[in-house]
Amino acid sequence: MNNILEVRELSKNYGAFTLNGVTFDVPRGFIMGFIGPNGAGKTTAIKLILGVIQGDSGSVKLFGDENANAKNQKIGVVMDAPLYVDDWAVRDVEAAVSPFYPNWNAAGFAGYLKRFGLEAKKKVKELSRGMKVKLQIAVALSHDAQLLILDEPTSGLDPVARDEICDLLREFVTDENKSVFFSTHITSDLEKTADYITFILGGNIVFTGTKDALTEKYCRVTGGLDDIDGEQKKFVTGYREHGTGFEGMAETANVEKLPSAVLSEPITLDEIIIFMCREAKVND
Amino acid sequence: MKIIVSNRSGVAIYEQIKEQIKAAIFSGELREDDILPSIRGLARDLKISVITTTRAYSDLEQEGFVVNMQGKGCYVLPRNTELARENALHKIEDGLNAAIAAAKAENMSKDEVIERINLLWEVDYE
Repeated sequence: MNNILEVRELSKNYGAFTLNGVTFDVPRGFIMGFIGPNGAGKTTAIKLILGVIQGDSGSVKLFGDENANAKNQKIGVVMDAPLYVDDWAVRDVEAAVSPFYPNWNAAGFAGYLKRFGLEAKKKVKELSRGMKVKLQIAVALSHDAQLLILDEPTSGLDPVARDEICDLLREFVTDENKSVFFSTHITSDLEKTADYITFILGGNIVFTGTKDALTEKYCRVTGGLDDIDGEQKKFVTGYREHGTGFEGMAETANVEKLPSAVLSEPITLDEIIIFMCREAKVND
Repeated sequence: MKIIVSNRSGVAIYEQIKEQIKAAIFSGELREDDILPSIRGLARDLKISVITTTRAYSDLEQEGFVVNMQGKGCYVLPRNTELARENALHKIEDGLNAAIAAAKAENMSKDEVIERINLLWEVDYE
């Protein structure tokens, strides 16, 4: 398999929080969603991958074995808040960043500004959140990035802006040499778009693989309180009782071990996160 | 050609794509050597993952409807008459099974059902 990014046993100890042996691959030509609740370690992992902070151990391999400078050329980064000075106008952003990229495409950048409705004389601080994200994407596309790494690009955006960003990402991977790695807690953005999912919880990777493998691995199960006994409850993750029954999720392989009265149905990414978090809290 | 994906049908999206392309081949809308939309273009247009469209196309290839030429695209193969016949028989059996079940539920005889078929057959072709 041709991987654009390989992360191995990446660890970082902050005392109160530990990122624990994070390992996953981003295959070339696909979109990977990086999911998990707030505080799970998504941003820490991204910063380690980008080399913004130093890990205690582990390795990050980008684009195979290229030198650091070539790597930087090929990565486009979209962070929560852009790393541009607030008082800069959009055209100042271009003047500031383009010297770092020998293959900077000025005409391309102008084209993206037009397409995204970004005015060259507008100041960064005057841009809406969605526009700031688009500005960062325009920069990334203008130096022909091969890998886009985005930290919560869609959080705080309205549905229209989110849809536009997701369209851009899909358009990006119509080139089979390019990949997208983006963290989000808005899983509806991933439900259809993402090819791969990496799921982090409490600093540990609990799943990495194709999205279909994840949603097919688990089922949502519900039933009456009398439908299930103590032994069978062990198969239900995130088990919770309410007035008229219970809900939770089970591995698809274990569904047949549950009584036939228990209803099992397809599960959403959101529900997987919720049930896993609930289980983690119970075990804490 | 037209491909419409439903989010609420309960049928897997790759399955929906596959069935619609098959239907277009059986109806003659897609002919031998016609080229299918590119895997990545279709994923972008339908707002679905590349893996989903890849799965639909590779299933179609395995079932002998199309051939994927690396770097060139996915082409419709010559219509396999045996396959088309198989597909038609499948549809006929589905319809007849429903008819038979309805007849049995009302205690109607086999002859009555066959009479109906004869009648409808003529109507359809007049």
